[in-house]
Amino acid sequence: MTTATVKSVYRKGVRDGGPFLLMALPFAVFFGVAAADAGLMLSQIIGFSLLVIAGAAQFAALQMMIDDAAIALILLAALAVNLRMAMYSAALVPHLGAAPLWQRAAVSYFNFDQSYVLSMMEYEARPELAPHLKAWYFLGIATLISPAWVLATYLGAQIGQFIPPEYSLEFTVPIMFMAMVGPMLKSLAHVAAAFVSCVVSLALLFLPSGMGLIIAAFCAMATGAVVETWAERR
Amino acid sequence: MSYSNAEIWTIIGLMAIGTFLIRFSFLGLIGDRPMPPVVLKLLRFTPVAVLPGMVAPLALFPDATGGQTEPVRLLAIIVVLGVSWWRRSALWGIFAGALVFYAGLIATGQL
Repeated sequence: MTTATVKSVYRKGVRDGGPFLLMALPFAVFFGVAAADAGLMLSQIIGFSLLVIAGAAQFAALQMMIDDAAIALILLAALAVNLRMAMYSAALVPHLGAAPLWQRAAVSYFNFDQSYVLSMMEYEARPELAPHLKAWYFLGIATLISPAWVLATYLGAQIGQFIPPEYSLEFTVPIMFMAMVGPMLKSLAHVAAAFVSCVVSLALLFLPSGMGLIIAAFCAMATGAVVETWAERR
Repeated sequence: MSYSNAEIWTIIGLMAIGTFLIRFSFLGLIGDRPMPPVVLKLLRFTPVAVLPGMVAPLALFPDATGGQTEPVRLLAIIVVLGVSWWRRSALWGIFAGALVFYAGLIATGQL
């Protein structure tokens, strides 16, 4: 095996990240289309993709803005969607905990589903890599995906302006959400959580916009944890 | 949507900061200290706890029809869930759902 250098590891990251562009970019295009359709300005749409870089949370915030929810509730729901990234952060500590602070900060900014999953696969295959090289691999993956994410959002926003309202573009948002949920239904506990989320959210629709959703999410998380504990005991 | 420009930038800014802090949490601030298992267990369910609750009202009572249940939208959402679960792929679900949605809109004369 050849000795790994900053250059070789970084380049491998760039190469490995390439195919994932195809998976990530349609989400960014759809976000641009849906956000333009909802009436956000181009600078605001780009701001979302550039500063937040988290597809599901961006869609969650957008949907609640369409519903005119209170700002605190929008933030609560969007950040709840992102809480899974705290687990990603924890899982990276054994590999990157000893890397320099600037690298850990940069990795954190670029830590989304694709870059996390790809990097963890590489780290498990090559555990002997030094922490700063592991961080360079991560940043290599982000090098293509991140600018492409912003660019695709821009394209979506431009396209969205020319699509007439009878095409019901607003419905692309629930379609995107549901499509993200399907692959997550890995166990009975996940199915139970999703079910409780739907039922409680529908039952609390009379509450101010967004409020029922937060309560539903807490009920669903508790349900998931309880069902999982129960399944483990059997 | 009825937010001012400043309010929208407030949402974007706070979401950006909050998201970064979540991502930086362990790697930068907390370090290698273990978290209570209960917290980890709850965290694992957050996406699946939030997203379905957001979709259900939109699928059953869409704004476009003034809150009336509309079969094409409901069917499209069921297809999205089924296909994305079956193929384990969000993209397949989106394409199948969009196909059903637009074919349905055309078939029912809504498009």
